[in-house]
Order: sequence, then C-alpha cells, then structure tokens
Amino acid sequence: MSLVKLMVCVLVVGCTVEADSILIRNATVLTVTKGTIEKGSVLVVDGKISAVGKNISAPAGAIVIDGSDKFLSPGLIDCHSHTAVEGGVNEGSLSDTSMVNILDVIDPMDINIYRALAGGLTVSNVLHGSANAIGGQTIVIKLRWGKPAKDLIFEGAKPGIKFALGENPKRQGYPPDFFSGGQAAERRYPGTRLGVEDEIREDFTQAKIYQAKWKLYKEQTAKGEHPVPPRKDLRLEPLVEVLEGKRYVHAHSYRADEILALIRTADEMGFKIRTFQHVLEGYKVAKEIAAHGAGASTFSDWYGYKYEVVDATPYNAAIMTRKGVIVSLNSDSDELQRHLNWDAAKTIRYGGMTEDQALAMVTINPAKQLGIDDKVGSIEVGKSGDLVLYDKHPLSNYSRVLKVWIDGHEYFDREQDLKDRVQLASQKKALLDKEAAEDAAKRQNGPGGRGPGGKNPATPEKKPDATNPEPPQSESGKQVAR
Amino acid sequence: MNIARVFVCWGALLWVFALHAEVPLAVAIKDARVVTVSGPELPKATVLLRNGLIEDVGPNLTVPADAWVIDGMGLTVYPGFFNALSTWGIPDAAPAAGAPGQRGAVTAAPATPTPRVRGPEDRPQNYSYERAADLVNPTDKRLEGARSLGFTTSATFPNRGVFTGLGAVVNLAGERSGNMVVLQPIGEQIVLRGGGFRSGYPGSLMGLFAYVRQMYLDLDQYQQAKQSYTAHTTGAPRPPYDHDLEGLLEAPRILLPAEQVQQIDRVLAFSKELKQPTVLYGLHEAFNRIDELKQANIPVLINLHWPEKPKESDPTDVPELRELELRAKAPSVPSLLNTAGVKFALYSEGTDQPADIKKQVKKAIDAGLTRADAIRSLTLSPAEIYGVADRLGTVDRGKIANLVVTKGDAFEDKTTVEYVFVDGELFRPTKLAPPGGPGGGGGARPNTTGAHRDEADDFGLSSAPNQTQGANN
Repeated sequence: MSLVKLMVCVLVVGCTVEADSILIRNATVLTVTKGTIEKGSVLVVDGKISAVGKNISAPAGAIVIDGSDKFLSPGLIDCHSHTAVEGGVNEGSLSDTSMVNILDVIDPMDINIYRALAGGLTVSNVLHGSANAIGGQTIVIKLRWGKPAKDLIFEGAKPGIKFALGENPKRQGYPPDFFSGGQAAERRYPGTRLGVEDEIREDFTQAKIYQAKWKLYKEQTAKGEHPVPPRKDLRLEPLVEVLEGKRYVHAHSYRADEILALIRTADEMGFKIRTFQHVLEGYKVAKEIAAHGAGASTFSDWYGYKYEVVDATPYNAAIMTRKGVIVSLNSDSDELQRHLNWDAAKTIRYGGMTEDQALAMVTINPAKQLGIDDKVGSIEVGKSGDLVLYDKHPLSNYSRVLKVWIDGHEYFDREQDLKDRVQLASQKKALLDKEAAEDAAKRQNGPGGRGPGGKNPATPEKKPDATNPEPPQSESGKQVAR
Repeated sequence: MNIARVFVCWGALLWVFALHAEVPLAVAIKDARVVTVSGPELPKATVLLRNGLIEDVGPNLTVPADAWVIDGMGLTVYPGFFNALSTWGIPDAAPAAGAPGQRGAVTAAPATPTPRVRGPEDRPQNYSYERAADLVNPTDKRLEGARSLGFTTSATFPNRGVFTGLGAVVNLAGERSGNMVVLQPIGEQIVLRGGGFRSGYPGSLMGLFAYVRQMYLDLDQYQQAKQSYTAHTTGAPRPPYDHDLEGLLEAPRILLPAEQVQQIDRVLAFSKELKQPTVLYGLHEAFNRIDELKQANIPVLINLHWPEKPKESDPTDVPELRELELRAKAPSVPSLLNTAGVKFALYSEGTDQPADIKKQVKKAIDAGLTRADAIRSLTLSPAEIYGVADRLGTVDRGKIANLVVTKGDAFEDKTTVEYVFVDGELFRPTKLAPPGGPGGGGGARPNTTGAHRDEADDFGLSSAPNQTQGANN
C-alpha cells in the first residue's frame, strides 16, 4: 500500500536528462520493422535516431548507456486511452457531441501518465468515451511527463473523433439510482442499433449542408461580394473535416453486424473509418474491415464483461492480422497501459504470431493506424528517439522497464525513481508533521480555537471548486468507456 | 453616474433625518492614523466626510462647525475593504443552513424540470443577462457580518449556471437596492461547473469549454450581423434579437476560474482564444505558475478560502504530496504574485463567516504578504481591476466615504473594528464571534448581532466606547 501511495507522490521529479546525443550500445535491439540486432547500438542525436547497427561510435559529449544483456524496443503506443483527461471522459448528454475536444482538457499532472511511462508507453491516442454515437474530438499525445499540456501534443499527428456503436450509445438514459443521487438521466434518441446508424447518417447529412454553405460563402467572397458568413458550428466543423479526410474516425464497436453497418454508412456518406476500436467480433468480418482500409484496435483477451462482448476470442488479433487487417492491441485502461508488451505476448500463445508481429501490435501498427508511422513505432534512422530499455525480453512477463526516452530525453529511469521515492517520502513527512504541529497548536489555543470539541456545523467543510465539475470517475462511468 | 451618487446620498440623508433630526451632515475623524493606500500613511490626520463623500483628508484640517467629531486618537482609518468576488448582497445566494460551502449549491437544482437541451443552441445554464444590480438587496443578512469586519464594498455576481450574469460593484449598505450599486455591469462571471455524466449538456469539462467557445463564436457573428444591418436597415433582413448574447455583449470583461496549474495554463490559452479582457479567479496552486501569470499580464482574484485539511478526515487516509503542498503553499500565492508584480485582489465567495475571513487574510500576511500590500489587495487593487479606482479604494478627497476605523492593525487577532462608514453612513460593528463558533459574528444567521446602523444616542462624539459588549456570546 505504501508503495502505491509513494507512486502517487512521484510528481515533481520526472527528471529529464538533456543532451544532444545518446548512444545505447551492446543491447538486443528489437527494431520491429527491420529485425533484431544482437549486441546492437542505437544513436539518438537531437531527438532523432541517427544510426542503428552493430558498431557505432559515440560522438563527443554523448551520453553512453551500456545495454549489455538488456533489450531495447521502440516506445510503446496505445491506440485507445482515456488517461490524462480532466473533468469527465464522456460528454454523455447528447447523441452527437462532436463539438467537445479532448485537447481542451488534457491534464498533464495525471499520475497515470508517469505510471504508463514506467511501463514503456510513450504515445497515447486519448479518446472521448463511448456514451454517444458521435463523441468528442480526440488527440494523440506523447507522454512527456512534467511538461505543460501543450507540450504533450504529438506534433503533426492528425486529430481524430470518437464514434461508438452498440449498447453504449443506444442506452436511452438511466433509471434513478445511487450514482445519480436518485435522479434519472434524461432520455435521448437513439434506442436501437438502427437508430445509431441513423444518428450518424443524419449528422453527416447536416455536415454536408453546412459544408456547402461555407463553400458558397467562400465563392461569393472570392467574387468580391459581401455575404454574411454562415454561423460557425463547432459540432459540424469536425464532421466536415472527416469528410475532407482531415480527421480520423475511431469507432468503438463490438458486433460484426454493427461493424458492417458502419462501413455501409461511411461508404454512403463518403468518409473512411480509420480504426475500429475493441472490435471483438472483427474476426468474423476481417476481410470487410481490410477492404474498407480500416485498422482494428482490440484487446488481447478481455471480453465477457457485457452481453455484446460474449462472442469473442483471444485469437481475434491473430485472425484479423492473417486476413490483412492492421491490428493493434490497446489498453482502454490506466492499469493495462502499463504492460502492453505483455498483452502483445499473448498473441504468440493465442494465434501463433511471430515476436515481431506481436511487438508490432503495440508499436508500428498503432503508429500506422494513427498516421504517425513515419515518426514513431520502430527503431529506424530518422524516427523519434522514443526508446524503452528492458532488463529482459519485453515479451517475457518477467521483464521490467529500466529506462524510457522520448525524443531522446530520458523521462523514466528505474534507479532514479527508487531514489526519488525516498526523497519524496521525506518531503511528504515534513509537510504532514508540520500540519500535525499546527493542529496541536490550535488545540492548545483553548476557547476560540478549533479544538476537537468545537462543533462547527455552519462552516463549509469542502473548498468550493468551481473548476472541477465531476466527482471522481465512478465504476459505472468507467464501464461506458469500454 | 453622478445622478446615481446623488441618489445614494439623498437616500441616506432622508432616512437619517427621519429617525434622528440631530444627525450631522458632516463627520470629522480627528487625529487618527490614516492609511490612505494612495500615498504614504498619515500618522495624525483628520478625515472629513460630507454627503457620502470624503470631503477632505489631511493633518491640520479645520473641522467645520457643523461636523460631528470622532476622536481618532489611537485609531486607524483605512479605505473600506472591497471583496473582489462574492455573492454578498444577493440574499438568495446566501448559503442555506448546513449546506456545503460550494458556490451555487443553493441554486444547483432547479425546482421545475427544464426542457431537454439539444445542444449549445438551446443555451443551457445561461443567465448571462441577469444583473447583480437587479438582484442585490440591503436585507441580505450577510451584510452585517461583512461590515463587522470592515468590508464596505463587493464585486457581486449572481451565482447560478455557467454564464452566471453581469456583476456589479455594490456598497454593502443602502436604504434601497439601487443605492447600493456603484457601477454595473463590471463583467460576466463564467463558472466551469458541469452537471456530470448523466446530466444534460454540458455535463463534462470539455463540454463546458466547447459551450463557452461556441457562445463567443456566436457573439462574433451576432455583432457582425448587427453591424451590417445597422449599415443597411432598408432592404436587408434584420437579425433576430438575442437575449443571451446581449448579456455577453455588455460585459466589459469575463471572469474565468482556474485553481490548479493545468487549469491556469488552460484558461490562459482560452482567454487568448476568446479575445475577451479576462480576470482569473481561484488560483490556489498559482505558486507554480507565477512567471506564466506575470507574462500573461492579466489580473487575478485569489480565493481566501485556503485549502485545508478536511475536518474529521479519515486518519488513515494519507493525502497526496500535491495536496499537502497545496495546503502548505496556497496562502503564499498573494505574496508571490505581489513580488512578481501581478495585479491581484483577494476575495471571499460569500460562504465563510467574517471571523474566518479575518483569519484567512491573516494567513496570507503570515505567508509573506506585507500588511500594506494586503490592505491594497482589499481596497485599491480590486477597485483598479473593476475600473472604479476613481471613486473607491483610497482615503482621498472626492472618493466615496467608505471607511473602516480600527483600534490596532487590521486583521490582527486583538484588533477591533470601531466604526465602519458606507456611503458616509456610520455602522457600529460588534465583536466578531470566534471563528466558526456559535453565533458566528453575523453571517447568514438572522438572530446574531452584527454591525448595525447606529441608532444609539452615544454617537461616539468624544470617545470611542468599547463596542464589544454588543455581542452576547
């Protein structure tokens, strides 16, 4: 327990070693795309991988890391995360909430960023929840722990939008219960899978009309006329971006029928699904998913938690891979994201994937799905210096992460972390002791002081907090995200 | 404005005459230490009040024959304190008995179910057009307590919804509501408080951001449409009148909440995006964002309700380091911002008891804020932030006669408030109850003895009688 508590306080010390170049040598280098190099070296200069091979000499001033008996992999990438979102992952009120944007509410202080880093994760696709047919806008972040929110944004990564099919978006409301303080949630359309498709079709129909209005306006102004500009609608703008190929669609889905239905709707409306998320029945319609050009981001072996996920199999990832779908394994969880490499290993047991195929599912494949495979996802010259050093092979569940670099900066170091814990614990103890001393002094103040006997019913106990509208995520809130 | 001021004076005078024919037109506080705030302290000076204004200040003033004289020996005169953000004066916004100190807790649940919100177009939680000036009322029970501590003025904002409405600078006494208002509207307060996962739109923080953003985009378009219609009223379709946007249009500035560091970063960026003159409020974790706030060059209001260890907390529940640091360092924020040269003022939302506010201010002083800077952040600074420094915030000739006269330095434990003047009208405070103790020194309770209009015969003409006997606790 105290360990967990200590992890909580590893807030301040996300130390970064600044240097122009880093050479990691003599390690087993798992490039993922170009095979494995025994006793290999990787040189990172100015944040980019500048050399990968057997014998690389360190430039002057480079930090040299001895990788003997250790393993080096590209930074892991999670194509489905809800980490670092402040104030609720779902705007669950409407069936189309495409006006909301995860970008607005990234919380760089979320301790789960650091914990994910400690598990080798370097890139996350941070998604809106799945409460509605068309959810909020999404972004890709790099886990640059300790930096302000704007510095977490993955430069050049295309933004996305969350869609959701099936049980979650077709929930019409909730009966009054404990979590709602006895109040029923408002009922809303749709109530069936048919309605979910209709909602998406309707929203894109509106988006096309909106697109046409702006097109006309631009034509008129080009001709020198002075028309009143149409109202800028934050809900429809991102849908127009989807139609114009400027924004990826990440569609939460489970059942084969709803997957096919969305492909038909997308074809009809003229947009592409970039990834099907979860997609637990993807193995039934893998050819159709591949033909649409969509990727599949699934769980390794997580299913059976509700009715629409009963017909699932841990062979899903392997089957879809063999049918030509680009498959990634995602976490959808603050916990699971800390060991995605072990999840990848399960596809070797279930489906006979090769080591490279397995690792690809948490590195280069999610990078391809997010359109960032030219920048990250493998150890290749020219890509970002996003690297993870392990003590054992990352597909072994005995492996531990020793160091993590993003853009050549060290963001996690296991030894340093263990040292920091001691320091942070003493820092914490000092503050607690100070508070205890103040409490004791107050008790001695006698009448007028706030002794334990002084009843104080009218004094507010909680600090007013206008900026934090939601209570901590409830169990039920979390379920909706899956 | 002048007309309004004349009204204030006449209102006060008529009332006073009705009760006491002998009440003076002028009051002279003689030989007191005067903390003018605008300039150096005057160790021994006279302050002359007439017709609700400060007629003159200075050493060696000739006291006019018609002035009632208060012996100021041993007393200190400050400008009346100015609460930079609260609901004081709006009786409905007073916290109900036993309600948590959450701003807006009282009005959170509407009595009748509202129709289903289909999106930002339905303008949910929007009260942008409500005016504090229309809602204030001198009968608000909290005003007595506030005056007992020396507060004479408040930047009062209505407190429901996301766009809460147009605030007003109000004086904390007056015969009628209209007499209280000094200036309005002074801004639109935005509260980023969603209804939660199961509520209507907006339920989440990102929903709130999208909503506020859409409103200001709509405002842009509304202004354009209005302008273009004004230019061509004949032969052009007229834009519809939009009640909700008119509220935003009138606000000279917006107030945005930011408590933690990531919220400060976020809201600073948002303020630039909205292109509205902005004031931030909250700011407890600002000790880690001093440089950024300095660079942003926007005024901030610091919440005096310092984060504290929750009472009766589970002793086995060890808080996070960040929370502990917050509790330890929050009271140092005013001092740090002051050193950095950031314009700031202090506020109490209106849920705390006066005696608690006194302790909260003291805590900021103990954490490094000089007394002079503390006084400034409760007088001239808020007046400057809201654009009323020409009439409030200092003890200077021509300013509104809002004064607090203490025995001892303000906000010290042993210090007593002897006289409070609001628009020249005298109030005699009573002793503050111990913080949070029974009888709470005024506050929201109707049966306590707080500062009251002086109707007694002893007008404190020649001496400053000990007024502490008034409190019966």
